[in-house]
Amino acid sequence: MSPTNPPLQARPTERDTVIEMSGITVQFPGVLALDGVDLRLRRGEVHALLGENGAGKSTLIKALTGVQGIDAGSIAVDGVGRTFASTADAERAGIATVYQEVNLCPNLSVGENITLGHEPRRRGRIDWRAAHESALGHLRRFGLDVDPRSTLDSHPLAVRQLVAICRAMVLDARVLILDEPTSSLDRGEVERLFTVVRDLRDQGVAVVFISHFLDQVYEICDRITVLRNGRLVGEYLADELPRGELVSKMIGRELEELETIARSAARVVDRTPPPVLRATGIGRAGSLEPVDVDVYAGEVVGLAGLLGSGRTELARLLAGADTTTSGTIEVRGEPVRLSTPRQAMLQGIAFSSEDRRGEGVVGDLTVAENILLGLQARRGWLRPLRRSERTAVVAEYMQALGVRPADPDMLVRNLSGGNQQKVLLGRWLATAPELLILDEPTRGIDVGAKADIQRKVAELADRGLSVLFISSELEEVLRLAQRIVVMRDRRRIGAVDSRETDIDGLVAFMAHAGRPGAGDPEEVR
Amino acid sequence: MTTLEPPVVARPTAGLSRLVDRHASALPTAAAVGILALLLVGAQVYFGNFLTPRNLSALLLDHAYLIILAVGMTLVILTGGIDLSVGSVLAFTGILGARMLASGLSPAVVVPVMILGGAAIGLMIGVLVQYFDVQPFIASLAGLFLARGLAFVVSLQSVKVQSSSILWLQSTRFGVGDWYITPTGIIAVVVLAAGAFTLAYTRFGRTVYAIGGDEQSARLMGLDVARTRVLVYVVSGACSGLGGLVLTAYSGAGYPRNGIGTELDVIAAVVIGGTLLSGGVGYVLGSLVGVLVYGTIKTIISFKGAEQSWTQITIGMLLLVFIVIQQVIVVRSARRR
Repeated sequence: MSPTNPPLQARPTERDTVIEMSGITVQFPGVLALDGVDLRLRRGEVHALLGENGAGKSTLIKALTGVQGIDAGSIAVDGVGRTFASTADAERAGIATVYQEVNLCPNLSVGENITLGHEPRRRGRIDWRAAHESALGHLRRFGLDVDPRSTLDSHPLAVRQLVAICRAMVLDARVLILDEPTSSLDRGEVERLFTVVRDLRDQGVAVVFISHFLDQVYEICDRITVLRNGRLVGEYLADELPRGELVSKMIGRELEELETIARSAARVVDRTPPPVLRATGIGRAGSLEPVDVDVYAGEVVGLAGLLGSGRTELARLLAGADTTTSGTIEVRGEPVRLSTPRQAMLQGIAFSSEDRRGEGVVGDLTVAENILLGLQARRGWLRPLRRSERTAVVAEYMQALGVRPADPDMLVRNLSGGNQQKVLLGRWLATAPELLILDEPTRGIDVGAKADIQRKVAELADRGLSVLFISSELEEVLRLAQRIVVMRDRRRIGAVDSRETDIDGLVAFMAHAGRPGAGDPEEVR
Repeated sequence: MTTLEPPVVARPTAGLSRLVDRHASALPTAAAVGILALLLVGAQVYFGNFLTPRNLSALLLDHAYLIILAVGMTLVILTGGIDLSVGSVLAFTGILGARMLASGLSPAVVVPVMILGGAAIGLMIGVLVQYFDVQPFIASLAGLFLARGLAFVVSLQSVKVQSSSILWLQSTRFGVGDWYITPTGIIAVVVLAAGAFTLAYTRFGRTVYAIGGDEQSARLMGLDVARTRVLVYVVSGACSGLGGLVLTAYSGAGYPRNGIGTELDVIAAVVIGGTLLSGGVGYVLGSLVGVLVYGTIKTIISFKGAEQSWTQITIGMLLLVFIVIQQVIVVRSARRR
């Protein structure tokens, strides 16, 4: 029992329900984002909404605040059925939201971002002096020494995140939703945020706290609702749910299916020939400190780290999507320059971005066209593939990856996320790469597709393909990779042999390695 | 406990850096003011008789209609849009007004019809942009053709204005010494002041900036994005109608070929005045400066007796310089993010 929780008699009861969402169902093209989910918020509680990426947390919040329409289910505020048409509508009902992507206007002043829409007015005009003073008061509450008249884009992300929270406080909301509010805050700022959150809770506000940081969840939350793959797992009192149980509820036991995949991780990799890829001290000013990575033939190297730890930045450098400002890259022992994705592709490096829709598949082209894009680009546009070759290549990869439905002429945007990912994987495999970089290939896709993709990666590695595998799901990384490079704060903090660690060990390493007082697991070269 | 970012460094809140943090977005406008001053002083040194009260008064009054159009255009560009219809709407409302006056209608009827006619075309463009998701460029291009066509439907020839109250707008001069201003000039100044006030002190005005800054955020902040976006085109249309009135009074006639290419002059003036074409940054007063820079270059070239095509060459070059400056600012602020 954490000392910060309120005394027992102050505990909210069922009578205090402010928001009751039941049976919420949201259908996206090709995927059921939410399937009959319930959420109940009570006055004066901090309620954690937890789940992995793609579990449906953000969609549930957007359904509550009217940003996302719902296909089934009901929302009641104080026992009265409501649907909100817009954020403004929800705000009028006392529901304030701070979204994960800081939703502010960078061109306006800090004070304006806090007060806009609720700005004090005097004689028909906005009273800027009063607006900035009220903004300053809220900023001070977080111990922020920021000039409210300065433009927002002159401040770093952490300040913007706190400004977004200040904005929500101006509303005097009864429900405050914080979606990943601490992802760019340091310890002191988190402390101040929590003090304010506890104040609000004691005043009777229902606070929804979404976070990947379980320590913070246990520090501040009274109740926990867990979602998994768009479905409700359950609602628990934080004190009664041990951390291990929470994690297994988030990850889920239906993943047992995945256990049938041979532990690719246990395979022994021959590290005597020169590595397929050797990056020495590569970095990019402002986004990644110099990092060393080796990937040998037939090896799967995992890249683990929290969001924003630099893992995607590293992948983009190796794929030529961003240019390096330091370090050297060798492919099969030869130094190379990878300043465009094309150069990387010609060296046999294929990169599948984490932004599947934005940087991956082309939704308005067919499955066949999407698969052939990479191969055609590698051959050059002046040497078109013959029709029979095209059909053969498409059929081969659709079958190998199990794309459903098995129709090569279907538009990719009508496929589910998992099948889009398979098409993307097929595109890169068709270019016969030697190194495949996969950034979050299984995010937000269903378990069956997840298993297919993992099985395929393991199989390809068996046949000698090198893979750099990035995922937020540590189980997946541990299952596939022989070696795991751990990133934090935009630098490499070490590497572990996956045979010598488990999920807890890896989490501990990610959190504590290199910090005073933490026992470092042995570093593997 | 994991901490992921370096601690926030308290930024110095005094002196130069504070000035920059507060007013970095005014930099292009400041540059425009500098260029205007340079032009005026340079012309005075070269010609010796340029900075006279008469000349400066004329500079404002000859471009009164451009100033009015620029105010509406500034609002539209601040939201990240564009309005290509202003020149045609100016001609349409001008010829419509002249024709209605010629048929004996009272100015008390004609003037509101001109302004509302412009606003109606603006409404059409705004609805197309907001609710039918048409690119502002295309929607206002449709407005351009429509209004020009309507102008020719009203009359193929120029129509002289006899109404004394309309002609009064241009012929009356209020003056102090050699300085003078006509009612048309006063209209322009009032529109300018109203525009500046609206943008700085009303929620509508601030929503205009918010949409240009980040439309998605503006919506999530609970601002009325749809209404505001339609309204900026309505305001721009109404400004064009008013501009039609002022130009008709100025030239004493309505003419269906008026204002061909004027939309581009207006856009150039607004951009030179420091409004970013990507939206979110700019000032109405900057657009005034932009119009005056345009007018000064024109006046200098006619003083010199050179071909007026040099005006366009100079404006083109200035525009190029300003767009490069703006791009540098945009890229720099994107990098800080």
